Amino acid sequence: MEAVAATPAIPPFERFYLEQRDVVFGFLQRRLGANRVEDAFQETFLRALRAYPRLEHGEHLRAWVLTIAARLVIDTGRRAPPLAAELPELPVEDGRPAYAQLEHLAEALPPTERAAVVLRYGYDLHYDDIATALGSSPDAARQAASSGIRRLRARKEIA
Amino acid sequence: MTVSAELDRRFRDAAVTAGLLDVGFDVVESPVGPLLMAATSRGLCRISFDPDPERHLDRLAREFGPRVLRSSATVDAAHRQLDEYFAGSRRGFELDVDLGVAPPFAQRVLDELAHVPFGETTTYGTLASRVGAPRAARAVGTVMNRNPLPIVLPCHRVIGSNGSLTGYGGGLHVKEHLLRLEGVLM
Repeated sequence: MEAVAATPAIPPFERFYLEQRDVVFGFLQRRLGANRVEDAFQETFLRALRAYPRLEHGEHLRAWVLTIAARLVIDTGRRAPPLAAELPELPVEDGRPAYAQLEHLAEALPPTERAAVVLRYGYDLHYDDIATALGSSPDAARQAASSGIRRLRARKEIA
Repeated sequence: MTVSAELDRRFRDAAVTAGLLDVGFDVVESPVGPLLMAATSRGLCRISFDPDPERHLDRLAREFGPRVLRSSATVDAAHRQLDEYFAGSRRGFELDVDLGVAPPFAQRVLDELAHVPFGETTTYGTLASRVGAPRAARAVGTVMNRNPLPIVLPCHRVIGSNGSLTGYGGGLHVKEHLLRLEGVLM
């Protein structure tokens, strides 16, 4: 399932932005509603700009920017209750949200599985959104998430 | 679901204000056709007669960093001065420039080129002599050919020793237009 070709180079930000902006906008609008989407959109891409020089390759950039957007949705939800849109309930242990722990646990997984596991179980995204993030089908996203979870279980990293 | 033009502009302006860009660029209209202009925080780094951004993005990213974004704000000042030049109300440019990683010889030639005044011409050979390499007229020609900031660094004022216009990146008709504007050609 993983591409074996050389990892793609990091594109100039303009190209990355043009390719991802509509997907990010749609995702944020579904999660936050029309009233809060614009600020969140701007903040997502400003965060992406800040982090851009630290990227090591151009793989899974859609999953990467949607992860930033999803984190922003959660931050926004902490500050103010959502208006119409529902936010995922995240179990919190030791004051740390589940997604933070999950990202740490999932670090050892192959990139697609890691992204699928974190987006599904950390951010509670629907498989449709994860498929969008990964540029694959919902079925493939479901498979990636479940094989990631199996792999983590095999390593006894989660119960 | 698509991003509105207004939101798109808001993000681009915010990126400039936050100082997050390695390079900003825009495509502007001019009497010699559309121009692509780009600038870093250090100064103007590109003017091109080829206005298609796709043909510049990779090179700008390689030379100045990957955070390349279209934003009129970054080139506003330079754009305004160009407009004034084309309108005949400006004879020199007051702009910081960023030549990036230009080789030392090219740096020297471009520095010297910047001193050729409005309304005058010089030759490749003269320019070569001025940088202390009198036999390097051909190499000076190559530097002119690759000039990253035509018009502002006035390679249109450099002609052959026999008076012929030789060549120009934007086409000879552009060179003629600029020299006519400056009163060199009738």
